[in-house]
Amino acid sequence: MVSMTVDLAGARLPNPLMTASGCAANGRELHRFFDVADLGAFVTKSVMLGARSGRGTPRMAETPSGMLNSIGLQGPGIDAFVDDDLAWLASVGARSLVSIAGSDSEEFAEVARRLRDSSSFGSVAGVEVNISCPNVANRGLVFACDPGSSSAVVSLVRSQLPAEVPIFAKLSPDVTDLVTIASACLEAGADGLTMVNTLLGMSIDIDTMRPHLGGVTGGLSGPAIRPVAVRAIWQVRSAMLTGRLPVAPIIGVGGVRTGHDALELVAAGASAVQVGTSTFNDPTAPVRVLRELEQLLEDKGIVAFTDVVGAAHPS
Amino acid sequence: MTSRPGSGVATVRAELVASRVVGAYQHLTLLAPEVADLARPGQFVALAVGGPTSATLLRRCFSIHRVTPDAREGGSGSGTVELVVADAGPGSRWLTQVPVQGEVDLIGPLGKPFPLPTEAVGCVLVGGGYGSAPLFWLAELLRERGCGVEIVLGAASRDRLFGAPQTSDDERASHGVTVTTDDGSQGVKGWVSDVLPEVMARADAQVVYACGPMAMLRSVSELAAAHGAVAQVAVEEAMACGVGVCMTCVMPVRSSDGTTKMVRSCVEGPTFRGDRVRWDAFVDGHAVVPADAVGAPVAAGGGGH
Ligand SMILES: Cc1cc2nc3c(=O)[nH]c(=O)nc-3n(C[C@H](O)[C@H](O)[C@H](O)COP(=O)(O)OP(=O)(O)OC[C@H]3O[C@@H](n4cnc5c(N)ncnc54)[C@H](O)[C@@H]3O)c2cc1C
Ligand SMILES: Cc1cc2nc3c(=O)[nH]c(=O)nc-3n(C[C@H](O)[C@H](O)[C@H](O)COP(=O)(O)O)c2cc1C
Ligand code: FES
Repeated sequence: MVSMTVDLAGARLPNPLMTASGCAANGRELHRFFDVADLGAFVTKSVMLGARSGRGTPRMAETPSGMLNSIGLQGPGIDAFVDDDLAWLASVGARSLVSIAGSDSEEFAEVARRLRDSSSFGSVAGVEVNISCPNVANRGLVFACDPGSSSAVVSLVRSQLPAEVPIFAKLSPDVTDLVTIASACLEAGADGLTMVNTLLGMSIDIDTMRPHLGGVTGGLSGPAIRPVAVRAIWQVRSAMLTGRLPVAPIIGVGGVRTGHDALELVAAGASAVQVGTSTFNDPTAPVRVLRELEQLLEDKGIVAFTDVVGAAHPS
Repeated sequence: MTSRPGSGVATVRAELVASRVVGAYQHLTLLAPEVADLARPGQFVALAVGGPTSATLLRRCFSIHRVTPDAREGGSGSGTVELVVADAGPGSRWLTQVPVQGEVDLIGPLGKPFPLPTEAVGCVLVGGGYGSAPLFWLAELLRERGCGVEIVLGAASRDRLFGAPQTSDDERASHGVTVTTDDGSQGVKGWVSDVLPEVMARADAQVVYACGPMAMLRSVSELAAAHGAVAQVAVEEAMACGVGVCMTCVMPVRSSDGTTKMVRSCVEGPTFRGDRVRWDAFVDGHAVVPADAVGAPVAAGGGGH
């Protein structure tokens, strides 16, 4: 029996497997296929302050081993989310990692405050701060592409939440120097990092000679981006091991379809793993990957999951 | 893969027991007793394509043509699910080429079935192309309830009709079926909307069920409303997951309180009341977000994925 428990900056989880934000809705749909309380944590769709319709269609384009999406952060808003979705997740015993988003740093802070004040806050294992959305106050520049904007959001969110609830900044791989952004987030009070969000991509319909997506550009995800996730995790973990960054847990996400894929992210330095787009192919993927990972570790004679975190780095 | 008991949906590796060409389509029969027992007309299944290591990750959705439920008490394992598949691209082509006895990974039944009337009323069923696939099964259930049923089938050409009478014997037996083709290669030359008013009047229709291309569903909804009938339409939006977790399949639909929301057609549909769909928001088959929709972007942009 491999011990699969993890401690992510104070969030103690029975195992390291999670859903990925936006790839699992808010629980009920996947609960038809497996018990969402079996996951280490359930990661919710990024929620903003008010209700949002998202973008027009088409919202997706299939690409080799992946897809592009331009959903536009559709959601019910934080008040409906806590009353309805979070309460439901709590009622089935799931630990939630709640993903929050905003158009400016004040919106992030307000969403965090309302989450904290909600009656189901006790079921929240942590908060994931999705800084991969455009900052209306800063010419639409994506927060996660700018250390100043990232740091402003993280510190405001941190100030709204009790110290024992860890926050994870979710980074975009579309930057020149990921370590600089990671550093800004950790210094501003992030307890950990989630890597990576989708890569910006685009597809053109050659029949109409127009962009395929209603939103013109979209986020690329799926197994096609796994090498990018592995690289990002490796770079940031290396910076931690060489003292350029404070040591903090990394949640790996990007292209995981099997236990092998998950172990690759873990060996690069991830202390937990999220499964996103692969869930569209197999709704049970997050728990299947958990079983496969557990078996793989057992076959390798490993006794504790935490022993392989960052194992690929020279010791 | 599994799913939870009582969840109303099954995930199975289904054996393909028959596969035959019908006009421009491939008619697949899959052994999937769990799905057959649960399914109702209007629901669909989501199939994985290209094999277990395929680079094509997204499932393909198909309406259930009909099911043959498990015969014996407790299930003999003989229930089947039938689909009618058009070769529309690489994924659907792969499905049409699966050999008999091959396996297909299937999730279903998904979505909301067509609501059935509680009283014996006149019904007209309209199918465009392979959109007629679920209608014959629906017709059987309606007739069992004492409803009068007329069927209108339309397609671009004869080979793209599905379920239309093929021989003059068929034609005599298929009383109540009106056929239209754009090119006049079978039935009335023209569109289903050309014959629908007359058929609705003859059937004294109170409900019109339709499945087919968006433009057809819109005109059926408008004609039904003009006749004072309720339209129930099954839509076909591009779906990445089919199970309600990705938000790709949305369309603008007015709810009973009058507000328009971008709702997921895979879980809140694929069947909708025709008068609830915001047809005005569709441009070239794609939905723009109506300005009065709940949470519509106030300024250009709207960012994020
Ligand atoms: C609820 C529902 C019921 C359907 N019922 C039937 C049926 O009974 N018979 C049938 O032949 N087809 C049906 N379709 C359409 C069928 O799903 C598509 O033709 C098929 O997915 C095309 O896949 P492809 O790989 O061949 O094409 P590609 O063009 O390579 O597909 C690329 C992507 O776009 C999506 N896509 C492409 N065309 C369509 C389309 N017309 N509708 C929705 N998504 C599309 C695919 O699912 C895939 O994700 C149905 C679709 C839906 C949503
Ligand atoms: C349809 C879709 C919607 C997404 N929505 C969100 C979101 O709301 N918030 C977020 O932080 N990430 C979102 N993501 C990104 C995923 O959480 C994940 O970071 C990314 O898809 C890479 O992982 P994957 O390759 O396993 O999918 C979304 C991804 C997809 C495909
Ligand atoms: S197809 Fe994913 S939500 Fe409908």
